[in-house]
Order: sequence, then C-alpha cells, then structure tokens
Amino acid sequence: MTTIGPAIAPTSRGSRPAVRGLRGTRSLAWYLPAAIVFVGGIVLWEVVVGALNLQAFVLPKPTAILAALQANWAEGRFALLPSATATLQEALTGLVIGTTVGLLVAFASVRWVTARGILLPLAVAANAVPIIAFAPLLNNWFGLVNPLSKALMAAILVFFPVMANVVRGLVDVEPAAVELMRSYAASDWTILRKLRVPNALPYFFTAMKVATTLSLIGAIVAEYFGGASTVLGRMIVQSASALKFDITWAAILLGAATGIVFYLVVAVVERFVIPWHATLRAEA
Amino acid sequence: MTDPSPRAAQQTGPVVRVSGVDKTFRRGDRAVTKALEAIDLDIARGEFVSLIGPSGCGKSTLLRIVGDLTSPSTGTVTVNGKTAEQARRDRDYGMVFQAPVLFDWRTVEDNVKLPLEILGWDAARRASRAREMLDLVELGEFVKHHPFQLSGGMQQRVAIARALAFEPSILLMDEPFGALDEMTRERMNGEVLRIWERTGTTILFVTHSIPEAVFLSSRVVVMSARPGRITTIVDIDLPRPRTDETRESRRYFELVTAVREALRAGGAELDDRGTVGPGSDASIERTIAEGAVG
Repeated sequence: MTTIGPAIAPTSRGSRPAVRGLRGTRSLAWYLPAAIVFVGGIVLWEVVVGALNLQAFVLPKPTAILAALQANWAEGRFALLPSATATLQEALTGLVIGTTVGLLVAFASVRWVTARGILLPLAVAANAVPIIAFAPLLNNWFGLVNPLSKALMAAILVFFPVMANVVRGLVDVEPAAVELMRSYAASDWTILRKLRVPNALPYFFTAMKVATTLSLIGAIVAEYFGGASTVLGRMIVQSASALKFDITWAAILLGAATGIVFYLVVAVVERFVIPWHATLRAEA
Repeated sequence: MTDPSPRAAQQTGPVVRVSGVDKTFRRGDRAVTKALEAIDLDIARGEFVSLIGPSGCGKSTLLRIVGDLTSPSTGTVTVNGKTAEQARRDRDYGMVFQAPVLFDWRTVEDNVKLPLEILGWDAARRASRAREMLDLVELGEFVKHHPFQLSGGMQQRVAIARALAFEPSILLMDEPFGALDEMTRERMNGEVLRIWERTGTTILFVTHSIPEAVFLSSRVVVMSARPGRITTIVDIDLPRPRTDETRESRRYFELVTAVREALRAGGAELDDRGTVGPGSDASIERTIAEGAVG
C-alpha cells in the first residue's frame, strides 16, 4: 500500500474522543487515485528519459536525482541536508516575524478605526509592489551572509496574506451575532475573545498554509542573490552553474519536501485547534 | 454578587412601558424614513404580546428599541422601572432572532453556556443549567453536536434555550420561526407556549403570521404601514393550555378574522396563507372570503 503525501494528515484520527465522529477525515482509498497518478508520473519520467536517451543536463532520471541526493546528503561541496536546514531556519524565522507583525496590524486595525485608515491602504499598496525585487537591498542592509536578510524577505511575503485574512476573519462576523453579544452587555474585549477571534481562526489557518510556502520561496529566492554557501538557494545556483543538474534537481526536491512537510504541520495543528471546521467543510 | 434572576426582581407595574416613541431613520441631517410614530404600549409581567403588521411597519424596530439595540428618536422606554440601556446592562433581555445565530465553533451545549460565561457563572452551574435548558427544548441528546449538524428547527430551539438560560425577565423574539416550514413552525409554536407556561417569562414576539400571533399571544398588537403606528390591540381570550384543538375552535377563527380585518383597516396586504406581506388586491379579497368561511 502506497502512503504518500497527504495520507499523513489522518494520523490524528480518533485521538480526541470529545470530537468523536466529528472529523472530515478521508479514507486512504480517497487518496489512492492521486497516489497512483503520482507514482505513475515518476515511472513515466524515468522511462521516457531512458527511451529518448536525454542527456542528464537536459533532464536527469528520477533515479539519478535520488542518487545525487544520497551522494550529497550530509557533506561535500554540495551538502544538501545542512543547506536545507539553514534555509528552513531562515524561512521559519521569517514566518514567525511576518505572522507576528501581520497579526499585530490585523488586531490594531480592527481595534482602532484610525489604525485601519492608516495601515490597511499602506499594506495593500505594499502588497502591489513586486517584493522579491527588494532582495538585493535587504542583502545590502542586513549583510549578504546574514540569515536575517533572507528571513526578512520571507517575513515580508508572509505578512500580507496573514494580515488580510485575519482582518477579514475578525470583521466578517454576523451582525446579529454582535447584537446578541450586546444584548448580554458583553464588553468589546469579550466580543473579541468569544466571537471575533474564534471566527478568525479558520481564516488564520488558511493564511498559514499559504504563508509556509511563501516563507520558503522568500528565503530561497533571497539566497539566489547571494548568501552563506550552505543554503538551498546557493546550492541550486552553484550546482546549475557547474552543470551538475542532478544536484540542482536534488536540491529542488529537498526544498519541495520541506515545503510539503511545513504545510502538513499547519494542517495537523489546524485539526487540533479547530476540529469542528473540517466537519463543517465536509458537510458543506 | 447580585443575582440577575428576574424572580429576584419581582415588582409591580408593567415590565415594559413604551411611551410616545417615534423613530426616524436619518442619513446625514436629512430625515429619510419615519419608521415609528407615537407608540404607547405597556406589557405586564408574564404576558405574551405579539407585534404584527405589514413589512416595513417598524415592528422589528420597536422590538429593537425595547431591547436597546437601537434608540428611539423621541419618547421613552422603561423596562422593570429602568431605562432600556440599564435593563440591557442588567441582562434583563433574552434575544431570539430570525436566524439562530449560533457559533459554529461551539457545541450545542457550549452555545447555551455562552451568556452564562459572560455573566460569570461558575463552570458547574453553567453545565447544569445548560443541561436543564436543553432538556427543556428536548435536545438533551444533541449536547455534543455542532450547530451545523442540526436542522433549522433544532437550531432555533438551541437559540431559545440559550436565550432562556440566564432567566431574563423578558424574552424578545424577532420573527424567530419566519425561516421555518409550516409544519415545523406549528410544532415550534406549541413548544414556545409550553416553555412560556413553565417559565413564566414575559415575551414580546414579532411575526408576519396571523395564525401564529393568535395562537400564541395574550394580546396581539396590530400595526399600520409606514410610519408604523399601533392601530388596534386584539385581546386573545382563547383558553389555555392551547393545543391543536385550539386551532380548530370557532373562537380562534373569529380572532384570526378580527386581526386580519384590523390589519386590512391599517392598509396591509395579505396573502392567502394569512401572512402579511406584499400581495395583490385580489389575494386580499380571497383571503378575507376564506376567513369568513372559516
């Protein structure tokens, strides 16, 4: 039985009896077609590259990529695992900074109308700028080899989706729900705690799923413009310029795997924090 | 700590006194709509009073003024001898809206506990009261469900349980069964009466439906279209407890006709289900003819 990718998600099944029967958990059979297509695609890739006798610098075989991954796993000029770890650290730092600032701006703009008037247009305008273009500037400001310059690139990318989604989640409550709370003479603080924040949680997790991917993109792309030598972005650039494309592919594969694991961690946390939401989606 | 229970606040005089209330909605400095004009209404403790009238007659606005969710342009509202705002701060109101307004992230039980948490009840007392209220609305076996797993009628019963949980002295219900089908609505009517008889709560009830108003109320307040005025108050002297036989009694039909004629005198258009709303003159004539046959 093949269990790849998203099949990891249902491992939390049945771990909390309080929400028994509540999960929109899908059976392994549901993932089977996707798994078959995925494995089939890889096999096809292997066969086609062999049959057409393509050169490794055009498209290496999957087996060659795996071999390169294994050969350059922990040491050598292209040590991939330490590179991936370093890049993940940058991305994580950026994710934390971007999420924190995004949440602060979101709460401030919901709490104070003036803050909303000032912050939201600025944030929207900033989001329209091709942010990646700033990577060389960040490198210049915070140092080419300083992980912080990459983390900040990631943070800037993460900020907007988190801020925008959380603002929506906090504001998009039923007007009647606010009136209900008023009829209980609930304070603004209580309304925030018992209505707006729970309402915003699904929006927040949606944003986080996007943000994890964006943080990795931000870190890797910032590394393209220069950085410490053992990071994924540098591995990709340097192996490509050395025409060692099997290593380039191996680095990309490792980056992709990191992104998927990152995403799954958010999905699992979501299941624990708002278990009801999966059911709501499943029944909708 | 003071007990917010209305039973501790027994006093003489009406629970609700509305006097000389006007409500004009404004946009900027311009008066846009005169929604209510010269409203006077007293509601005694334990009464079940319905507000009925054509769409846009301001009956919901009147209910919202009583509940301090909006304020009157002129006039005063006194609830339990206090201003409406003070009454709201003292948690004298239980509100039920047309939509159940349940929180999806809370179980049925936790939705009922919501007002109790805000009122600062301890966990044990919250739990036992939530159980008690859910048994009252016969949803005892659904405590751990989430609202979206229940039917519309069940959701509205949860909303009623929630509204009654902290024993407010007055229950304000704004077309609570307007979104339900006819069968469910009749069952809910019976349920509301049963709860009202058991708890002794004062109820102010807004509805579009003449049969519903007559079946439930001790008095039906008939309002005219814009600006909303009280044209007639029909005393409903049907015996209690009211049952399915009540709906087939001669007196019931007489009262339905009386309310219908009062609405018509106020310029309302009726459809053939006895519901007030936009309709043609022909359908009004048909409705009246059917009412006379009944």
